[in-house]
Amino acid sequence: MPWTKIQADDSRRQVSFGTTGHAARELSYRDAIREALSQALNTDPKVFLIGEGIDDPGGVFGTTVGLKDIYGAERVMDSPIAENGMTGVAIGAAMTGMRPVFIHMRVDFLPMCMDQIINHAAKWSYMTGGKVKVPLTIRAVVGRGWGSAAQHSQSLQALFAHIPGLRVLMPATPYDAKGLLLGSISGNSPAIIIEHRWLYDMKAGVPEEPYIIHPGIGQIRREGRDITIVATSYMVYEALLAAEELEKEGISVEVLDLRSVLPVDEDLIVESVTKTGRVIAADNGWKHCGVSSEIAAIVAEKAYSCLKAPVKRFCLPFVPTPACHSLEKAYYPTSSDLADLVRGML
Amino acid sequence: MLRIRLFEDRTAVLYPEQLIKCPVHLCIGQEAISAGVCAHLEKEDYIFSTHRSHGHCIAKGMDLKPIAAELYGRSTGCAKGRGGSMHLVDTENGIPGTTAIVGGCIPLAVGAALSARMQKSKRISVAFFGDGAADEGVFQESLNYASLKKLPVVFVCENNFYATNSPQKARQPEVNIVERANGYGIPGVLADGNDVLAVYETFREAAARARSGEGPMLLEYRTYRWKGHVGPNADIEIGCRPADEYEEWLKRCPVDAFMTYLSKAGVLTDAENEAIIARIEKDVDEAIAFGKSGPEPDASELLDYVY
Repeated sequence: MPWTKIQADDSRRQVSFGTTGHAARELSYRDAIREALSQALNTDPKVFLIGEGIDDPGGVFGTTVGLKDIYGAERVMDSPIAENGMTGVAIGAAMTGMRPVFIHMRVDFLPMCMDQIINHAAKWSYMTGGKVKVPLTIRAVVGRGWGSAAQHSQSLQALFAHIPGLRVLMPATPYDAKGLLLGSISGNSPAIIIEHRWLYDMKAGVPEEPYIIHPGIGQIRREGRDITIVATSYMVYEALLAAEELEKEGISVEVLDLRSVLPVDEDLIVESVTKTGRVIAADNGWKHCGVSSEIAAIVAEKAYSCLKAPVKRFCLPFVPTPACHSLEKAYYPTSSDLADLVRGML
Repeated sequence: MLRIRLFEDRTAVLYPEQLIKCPVHLCIGQEAISAGVCAHLEKEDYIFSTHRSHGHCIAKGMDLKPIAAELYGRSTGCAKGRGGSMHLVDTENGIPGTTAIVGGCIPLAVGAALSARMQKSKRISVAFFGDGAADEGVFQESLNYASLKKLPVVFVCENNFYATNSPQKARQPEVNIVERANGYGIPGVLADGNDVLAVYETFREAAARARSGEGPMLLEYRTYRWKGHVGPNADIEIGCRPADEYEEWLKRCPVDAFMTYLSKAGVLTDAENEAIIARIEKDVDEAIAFGKSGPEPDASELLDYVY
């Protein structure tokens, strides 16, 4: 098993966003994903990539560019647009010894696959008494802006985070994009990795050698005393901008990057909120029955006595995404809105 | 075929005791398809099946004991009591699991075929499903992909004319399911699913094609289930199916027909037949005793096996 030779980084070291941090070499989020895929294909002959258009010149926003030339069309496969059926094909392959990575250009296509993801992939280990595992990794990208509208911009992590048997990961940094992806591919559970299109150009330190990050470990991105912002994906970036703005006013914000929505690092949330006494849950999705609800519930159940103010949530307005520029601008909350929310809690 | 019949008959008899505490979907009347297909399969070949899977698994070589224990919800069951009748598994015999979502197993079988090819093994993969699954989108998606890649998979449709209690005519236009094969450029064969030799002969070509890399086939076998969709009763008395239709199909018992054929051909004497029945009944006795006597999973194990 070649994966056992690869080091795991399960630390909760503080690494700031946009700095080299882990390594001198800087890599974009996009290139970190591509490097992880390439290293997985190179490490294990059981790994293959499949998805509609993954071998086209664009290469899923650059994350699969050139991989077919290196590893061949047998392992970097274009696919019919048959999301549910092809998810079943990937699951069937995973049950019988392969480690497929199924790639979708938009998260919005995942609802087409719900039967196979929820009824099959998530249940198979349990239904077979642990005898058959499904080491399937699904990548899907959240779109935003330029009139992407209601079916090309959804952030549906909460739908999957409700299901026992799945892993749901939301890397916000290039380091995590590589480590969580390699961790999923080498693991034995079906995992859904939700990437954000607006993170793709961000650069930070990424070691060249392969490494894995296990799910369920959050990361403190910025230490603070007055309030904790627990954030996912692109919201980590908004939270860091808000923290910078508030620092000028003497407000000290701690930013916790959840990284993994299922499982959730409850201990890190409780530890941080115990210190600061205030918390905002900031998520790219909607509030209602969302990831932010889960964070609020964890705090209410496990850190209530530490709270100096009621928990607040920072999410999208509860409407589908509009297309036109004026409404799109009104739809996405900004770091200034988040800073205002913090001011109101102090 | 006889082994399936006797196990299913016994399950139907014991079910009213309410010690089997899960839904059972019996395949009595449909046994010839399991037997005729699996006679061509090697131990390491894959089958994927449905909520009505007992017959497929038994024909593929699965021992009766872990099936019975699973029905009785015991730790000694094939899925340690987590799956029940609808989710049998036996990885040693090429059964990675069965699904209770109609059509769900079809793409899984295609995926296993893709996996077999990528791992350069000689394995083939079989998807067993009913006429109800032909209503589903994944059926079309699976035929399309398997044909495109010429994968070593065979699609076996057991057409018993009902999806739960909805007749085929209420769900599909009057076009034979097998004709869908034409739309994907693969061969299709329609045969009598109650004639085990007809199944055996037609599946021979499908298995050979799959094994030699020529791609998939779609087989439609016409059959009839003697019991209702679920449980030990025929459900004729409550109006689920017409009584005259049911009576007609009872006359076409696949097991009796084959026994008569063997007897006429001088292959099987009455004494030999009785000896075989007695041997299988003993296996069934032992399986049921094993099933009933195993320990039940402890509540402390509730969260095991999620990942």
